[in-house]
Formats: sequence, structure tokens, C-alpha cells
Amino acid sequence: MGGQLTLKQLEQKANQVRQDIISMLVAAGSGHSAGPLDLADIMTALYFDIMNIDPSKPEWPERDVFFLSNGHCVPVQYAVMAERGYFPVEELQTLRKFGSRLQGHPERTKLPGLENTSGPLGSGLSQAAGYAYSLQYLEKVRHRWVYAVTGDGELNEGNIWEAAMFAGKYKLSQLIVFIDRNNIQIDGSTEDVMPLEDLHAKWESFGWHVQEIDGHNIESVIDAASMARAISNKPSVIIAHTIAGKGVDFMEYDYHWHGNPPGTIEPEGAPPKSDQARVALNKLRTLDGKITSGDIH
Amino acid sequence: MNYPLNPSLYNDDVQQEPIRAGFGRGLKAAGEANEAIVALCADLTDSTKMSDFRAAFPERFIEMGIAEQNLVTVASGLARAGKIPFTSSYAAFSPGRNWEQIRTTIALNEQPVKIIGSHAGVSVGPDGATHQMLEDIALMRVLPHMVVIAPGDSIEAEKATKAIAENGQPSYLRLAREKTPIISTDESPFEIGKAYVLREGHDICLLGTGTMTYQLLVAAKILEQHAIHAEVVHVPTVKPLDEETILASVRKTGRVVTAEEAQINAGFGGAIAELLSEKLPTPLLRVGMRDRFGESGEPAELIKHFRLDGASIAEDIQKFVSETPQYHQGF
Repeated sequence: MGGQLTLKQLEQKANQVRQDIISMLVAAGSGHSAGPLDLADIMTALYFDIMNIDPSKPEWPERDVFFLSNGHCVPVQYAVMAERGYFPVEELQTLRKFGSRLQGHPERTKLPGLENTSGPLGSGLSQAAGYAYSLQYLEKVRHRWVYAVTGDGELNEGNIWEAAMFAGKYKLSQLIVFIDRNNIQIDGSTEDVMPLEDLHAKWESFGWHVQEIDGHNIESVIDAASMARAISNKPSVIIAHTIAGKGVDFMEYDYHWHGNPPGTIEPEGAPPKSDQARVALNKLRTLDGKITSGDIH
Repeated sequence: MNYPLNPSLYNDDVQQEPIRAGFGRGLKAAGEANEAIVALCADLTDSTKMSDFRAAFPERFIEMGIAEQNLVTVASGLARAGKIPFTSSYAAFSPGRNWEQIRTTIALNEQPVKIIGSHAGVSVGPDGATHQMLEDIALMRVLPHMVVIAPGDSIEAEKATKAIAENGQPSYLRLAREKTPIISTDESPFEIGKAYVLREGHDICLLGTGTMTYQLLVAAKILEQHAIHAEVVHVPTVKPLDEETILASVRKTGRVVTAEEAQINAGFGGAIAELLSEKLPTPLLRVGMRDRFGESGEPAELIKHFRLDGASIAEDIQKFVSETPQYHQGF
């Protein structure tokens, strides 16, 4: 694993990732805000602590692999990858622009370090499961891990439950999945659009080891991943309870920010469009937001 | 023209074998040659003839259950891990059910997953329209990076299976359920992207893919008795098309017929129509399913009903020839 940074440094890194997300979305003028912001802590923990990776060798055969199933949240993946050294941080400003390696939804063939192409929901988990099957049954390599992130709205997709059955049947114990349980999707609250609960019981009944954590507590994220690796006869799912838009108070809990960047909409309680980016970045830089990440220097 | 045809091709007792049987042999042989090959099936292992591979390499066979979306996306993940996955189901379900997953995680993602669609065409018979896949050629040939092959018989299916095992590209192989006459021999050539002139003629060019090439050969023999000398070109690879061979034959004959056991719209006939209208506009008759679904019946009965048998095709071609002058251009 990484383990290079202290917990406080990881929290500071997650804050920097959130700032990157805001600035890249503003530069892009389109894209998703809420999910990337609320995944910042999990993704920072994965790329800076949990996963055994080498940014200078994206195809390193000994690496752990990461599959983003909810491709629309890729700004957070680009941000952690840049911060981790896969490519220059300045390149984040090219997000969604013509000729960029940072496509609006992730494309493996465009950017070294991406393991899959995703966007249409529900298929990233299967790809991760295929990789995990190969490690466990074909290569018989036990020291590598396959991590995946899915959205919660994404769990509406039938493909997800096909993958859940498959991974359960084959006891893919090297597969560790985080569900970003932020309770929102485009049309509203997940429980209004298409109720997901009892999520814990659903995954358990498919043969998975289930944990529930605070998705903004980096220590919990790291501990849960460690616990998941210790489970040797089941795939693991970690239901990470998160706050949509975490870190920017006028975006938090509000589904309107699912698919919009700062400066494009003005839901009730939000600053004027022209001021949203400045307010958001200011909140992150000064901890005026609700991040409980300790001092930022 | 150097294509050895089955010597008993025109006999009533021509040898017949389901095309999928050739796939079964080819997959097993490919598996022997390359350890990276794995096979995934959605609860139709005997029926799609993956059973030979399963018996030989049980540790490299993955039973997926009736879940075609997961079938191809797990295969995409296996390919990322360095494997060469073959996935099989009925064509109506894969690529019928899971086209978007194939598009995103295999074609756009450029993973060398092999999609085997068995039981394509109306010759599926009694199962009826739901299971008679007619739109798969159209669905698959519009995908960038995708190779599309409809072998003409079981011998060619075996060769095509071995070829896609090593081509490093997303590939679709279309198979038929019923026993199909053997048109080729072990010595006949097969290369991805090549079309083959099986019979020379100068009055009209007949382009066939999959099981329909046999019917075109039968039609050509009948037409000969009516003083129509048809050239027959077998086009197993629908994508990429062998434009050179096809256009040379069209240029020589000035009239074209396509035949497929699929929708002519956007299918093989569609592909040829696109090619000709861009490069060599020539009168064209497309034989196949004309914007309608199939129905239950015995395979031979359905083939006849939809005028896909050699005798019906010969009749329709006679009419076409009588109404259509040869169109020779100054190329």
C-alpha cells in the first residue's frame, strides 16, 4: 500500500482535490459537481494510501487496479491521478475540451492509468469483477486487489445485480467495491426515484461482505478497505455514506448539483451564478465549508 | 480464382453440418494454441457448442448464467487482465440484449472480446421471431473497431474462430443453428477481410454472406440453364469489406445481388449499397428479410417462404436481369 502520507496530510490532499474539481469544472463549463466532491475522501484514500500503484508505470503488472463504474464522476479520478503524479496538475484545466486526454467520461485508450471506459451506468462493476476473476482463478495471484466505485443511483441498473450475483457465486474475494451512498440522482432523492433500501441486506443476500462507513472519514475508508482485504471468501462492498457536494455548503445535499458545475444554475440558497466558483473555492480554502479535516495550511 | 469448392456441393446428398459445430472445434483448437483464451457462456453451452472447450479446459470456462449484459462486461474486464475472452449466447440476446455494453466496454474500450452470436437468421425455425435474430449484422457493423464475420459453413467457421482468436480486435462471429451444406474444403482459404470468387461469370455478380452463399451457388447453377452467367462471390467478412474484390466483380458484371439471412436494411445488403453508391453506382437487388420479422415454421419451409432458397433467388434474379440493363461504367 501507499502509506506515505499522514492522516492529516491525506485530509489536506482531499481538500486540494476538491479545489481541483471546482476549478476544472468551472474551466470546462459543464460536468458533474456533487458526486466528484463527495468522493474526494474515498478517492484520495485509494490513490494515496490503499492501492499499490506506481504513477510512473501505469501498466505495472503488480499494480492494484481501479474501475470507476459511475463514469460521470471522473473529475475526481482525474484530480487524484494528477495530484498523485500520473500527469501534470495543469492538464486538469483541459477537462472536456477538444483534444484533451480528459474526456467528459473516462476513456481507457485516451489516458494511461485508466483501467476502463465508462459512462453508461452499471457496467464498471462487471469489468472489475472480470479482472478479479482473472486474478483469482486464471492467474491465481493473491496479492493484487481490484477496487471499484459505483454510484447509488447507478444501482437502479440491472447489470449491477448481474455482476453482484456473479461475484457472489465465484466468491471474488479480491474485489472491493465502494458505493457512493449520497442519496441523490438526477431526478431527485434515490428513495423517491427508485428506492434502494434495504441496501445492506440486498448485498448480503447476494453473498457479499458488507460494511457501512462514513465516506468522509478517511481513517474509516482505509480501515474498511483493510477489513475487506481480510475477508477471504467473499467479495466486499463498502456502503460509504456521503454528503452530495461535500465541502461546498451551498451544494451539499442538493440534487440540482448532480450534473451541473458552479456558475450554471442558481438553486435556492446558492450564491449568484457569477460568484459561485469564488465562494466554493473560498469555502474549501478557508474551511468555511463543513469539511472536518483539521487545519489546512 | 483459386478457391477449392466442395466437389459434391451440387449433389442432393451434399454433406451438411451446423455452422456452430465448426465454431466449437475452432475454439478448442484456439484454446490449445493460446492459453490466454477463455470462454464465457450464458447458460447455452451445449447449444452454442462451447462444450468442447469446456470439456478440454474446464478451468478456463466461465458459466455466466442468463445474464448477457454481465457476460460481455465481465469479458471486457478479463480482456483488461490480459485474456482473450470468447462469449457466446444466441444472437438475439448477445448482441441483441447487450449492445450498449458491447459498444462502450468492448468497441470504444478497444478490448479484444469475441462475441459469438449463435442461432442467427430465420433458419432457427420453430422457436419463432423472438429467437430468429435478423438485426445483428446491422447492429455490429456500425460499431467502430468491430470486425464482423458470417462464415459460410462449418469448415469456414472453424477457420474464422481461429483467426479472430489471434486478431487482437473486438470481433463478432455470426453462427446459424441448422445443418448447413458444406461449400468449402479444408484447403479453401480464409482470411479476415477477404472475399472469394467461387464461380466466375459476366452477366451479374452475386454477393453472399453466411449461409446464403450456398443458396447463391445453387441459384447460379439454375441461372446457367437460362443463359445467365452469374459470378458468385463469398463475403464472409462483412466488416471490413474486401472492397477490391467486390468492386472488381461488380465492374465486370454491371449488376449486383446481395444475399443474407438477415434484414437487408443496414445489414450486408445495406453495406454493399453504401459501398456501391459511393464508389461504383450499380443496379442492386438485395435478397434477405425485407423489413419484417420471421415466424415459426420448419427451417426449410421458412427459407422458401421468405424466398431465400436457391430456386426462389434464381427466379427473382431472372426477373431482375430482364428488367435491368448491365451498367458498365468507364472505369
